Amino acid sequence: MKEQLKIDFNKIQEVSNFSNSDIEIKKSYLNKFIENGFPNRKQENWKFLDINQIISNNISDLSFYNDYSIENKIDPSIFIDDLEHNKIIFINGRVEKIDFSYEDKKQIEIIKDSYTIDKSQNNNSLIDLNIALSNKHFKILIKKDYSLKKPLIIYHLSNEKMKSKNINLRLDFELEQNSSLKLIDFFSDDSEKNFMNIFYNFNLDKDAILKNYKIDKSLNKNLKYSFNNIDQKQNSISETFVFSAGSDYFKNEINCNLKGEYSSAFINGIFSLDDNKQHEIRTTINHLVENTKSYQLIKSVLGKNTKSAYQGRIYVDSKAQKTDGYQLSKAILLDETSEFNAKPELEIYADDVKCSHGSASGSLDDNSIFYLMSRGLNYKQAKGLLINGFLLDVIEKITDAEIKDLLKKMIGLKK
Amino acid sequence: MDTREKDIENLKDYKYGFTTDIENIKAPKGLNESVIKFISNIKKEPKWMLDFRLKAFKRFKLLKEPDWQKPKYPKIDYQDLYYYSAPKSMKDKPKSLDELDPKLLETYNKLGIPLQEQARLNGIAVDAVFDSVSVATTFKGELTKHGIIFCSMSEAIQKHPDLVKKYLGTVIPTTDHFFATLNSAVFTDGSFVYIPEGVKCPMELSTYFRINASETGQFERTLIIADKGSYVSYLEGCTAPMRDENQLHAANVELIALDDAEIKYSTVQNWYPGDENGKGGIYNFVTKRGLCKGKNSKISWTQVETGSAITWKYPSCILKGDNSIGEFYSIAITNNHQKADTGTKMIHLGKNTKSKIISKGISAGFSDMTYRGLVDINSKAKNSSNYTQCDSLLMGNKCGAHTVPYIKNKNFDSNIAHEATTSKISEEQLHYCQQRGLNPEEAVGLIVNGFCKEVLQQLPMEFAVEAQKLVGISLEGSVG
Repeated sequence: MKEQLKIDFNKIQEVSNFSNSDIEIKKSYLNKFIENGFPNRKQENWKFLDINQIISNNISDLSFYNDYSIENKIDPSIFIDDLEHNKIIFINGRVEKIDFSYEDKKQIEIIKDSYTIDKSQNNNSLIDLNIALSNKHFKILIKKDYSLKKPLIIYHLSNEKMKSKNINLRLDFELEQNSSLKLIDFFSDDSEKNFMNIFYNFNLDKDAILKNYKIDKSLNKNLKYSFNNIDQKQNSISETFVFSAGSDYFKNEINCNLKGEYSSAFINGIFSLDDNKQHEIRTTINHLVENTKSYQLIKSVLGKNTKSAYQGRIYVDSKAQKTDGYQLSKAILLDETSEFNAKPELEIYADDVKCSHGSASGSLDDNSIFYLMSRGLNYKQAKGLLINGFLLDVIEKITDAEIKDLLKKMIGLKK
Repeated sequence: MDTREKDIENLKDYKYGFTTDIENIKAPKGLNESVIKFISNIKKEPKWMLDFRLKAFKRFKLLKEPDWQKPKYPKIDYQDLYYYSAPKSMKDKPKSLDELDPKLLETYNKLGIPLQEQARLNGIAVDAVFDSVSVATTFKGELTKHGIIFCSMSEAIQKHPDLVKKYLGTVIPTTDHFFATLNSAVFTDGSFVYIPEGVKCPMELSTYFRINASETGQFERTLIIADKGSYVSYLEGCTAPMRDENQLHAANVELIALDDAEIKYSTVQNWYPGDENGKGGIYNFVTKRGLCKGKNSKISWTQVETGSAITWKYPSCILKGDNSIGEFYSIAITNNHQKADTGTKMIHLGKNTKSKIISKGISAGFSDMTYRGLVDINSKAKNSSNYTQCDSLLMGNKCGAHTVPYIKNKNFDSNIAHEATTSKISEEQLHYCQQRGLNPEEAVGLIVNGFCKEVLQQLPMEFAVEAQKLVGISLEGSVG
């Protein structure tokens, strides 16, 4: 793999026009990745689902070359019609279109960003890979006091050229004071057996609001990894929702640093898995100052041969008094081959805090099924109704009414 | 200072901190095959036992010291330790207590453990382990009547080799992790208990561990076998003198419960925790594991952890037999610079197995406490269930409390429920108690006792009183 990587890396440099300093930085990250390789189960964060193994089982001939100079055709049929929205379209990791037609152009700046050495970066080798191989990336700046009128949908598309390939993409967002952004990530794949690696960086200034909804619904045979880093200042709010269902493998990592007082983070997630799918959500909430708040709710419905994992970590610094942290994960196992793993972790260094976590897993409640069937429903309907109610709980946490309805419709949940 | 004052002074600090001046026989310093042969030789062990040790040592040389635990400690030089230390007078084991070195008797009396048989009223059979050897076992006659074997491990190897051979290393194999393997190679003594079929042990069995010599690691090995339909309740207590150095304690405890048998294992661990600046104290790296081998068997661990500079242990249950039950009740208290990384593992293999975990952690001062637990329900463990509750209480903002549960559910018939909370003692509760005339320390004591009640209730009576006092002493000076 190492040789392949080096060859592909050089090929990418040939067809792209990065600045010399960018290339140097990319090289250093490439070497770091070559040294560490894909993460495996020996690392605590990858204990439950070993991506190294999953990649070698699913994509035996993974390659990394991606020609960013070729323009791809956009197929408008995949656009979401029910909702007026702004668009960013990624095809094969290349930005094809940025369209803020509903917005005041002066309030949004799109900056071509150059790479910098990220000192804070953890030892996550997938981020190293992302920096080494991704195309030029953009930073989207939303100016002070501006709230986007319509949501922004980012389409993540891939076409047949990307079979057995690794796609890397990256976006940075800067939300200035009192601005707000609603962001939907939508995935649609036309190729098989690729591995998509997404890295988002969010910077929230005072009073800014970010709502991020990730929807992985259409069934596909691809592997995906997404890492969100969110830095929050005073009074800012971040809300992240993950619907994790379609891909063969999907791991969502959300790293939230609450750096300003009265800032809060909400993370809600649904795993709805069937047929050999393996999904994971891993969250890290760092409460670094006083009076911060976090809330997490993750629910899983697991069918045949599926595996879901939730790793949630709440860290409370010794300065972060009056922290409020809450985690809850629940799972319904529908088949004898389904498996649920959880590691809800608390690491607390301050005494005046309220932190708790809960986790429950088991099968559907027989008594409830019996109750519904005695009311005239058949087994399948009763089961459906119970699962519907179980998942609706998470959808109800979504604070944006328009998007909530859209999601309900997409997932097929009834009120 | 007159004696009374001295006594008060002692009580205030760690009252078991004295040393006994007694002549010792030691193995040469260091860890190598000849030391292991020395230990085996001095204990007059048969060849299979020596082979067992050497096999473990061979494996040990390949292992790396683990470093994933939360409390970090300076590197231990395993070549700079004595692996065997025994009072000289024990070389030819005394036939009865009358022949026992009076200094040893005095030590145990100071610790409040009467070895003389006239302490019959107490009704607890004691096996006392001093550094590397077991010095005395009481109530032998009474126990033999029931067919119960309660003796030191060395004696068991001589007198009951069949039982030892059959069960030793079946729960903690010689190929286990670093410290367990080290223990398998160099273990010196410990207790051996065998309860025959259908016998309910008429009294509590108890072992008292004491580290005395300096630069000595204590490696004891305990093996408890409860045959079909039997019951035993076993208590373990530990103390050590105050020394500036850190001493290593790496014991292995194996429990085996056959069909319908029940083992209740209680520990009050009060090793020397180090002084208030974190100097000295015991490293308590113990492997405790119980196997519910038979149907309907039950193993229950209860522990009160107040001592040690670092506690790093996970008493575990492997629920192999159908309908077997595993329980874990724990109170862990850390103060000053103490650190603890403790919890349990419940591994469900059999059908209809049940487990329950109640863990209470209290941290004060500059201490750090971690609950780390694993609940693993195997795909064959139909209709199993687990309930876990772990609560932490923080006193002051210099200490830490962490919870790291691992939950693995591979069976759709089974239920796992886990709950954890972390908080401090509420101002309202304190205010209420003080209003009723309690001073702040008493008020905290009362609240903490209430917090721990669920676990304290599980301890046998004599122990519960001691433990309750211990909880109070450990937290002294942590309020305000």
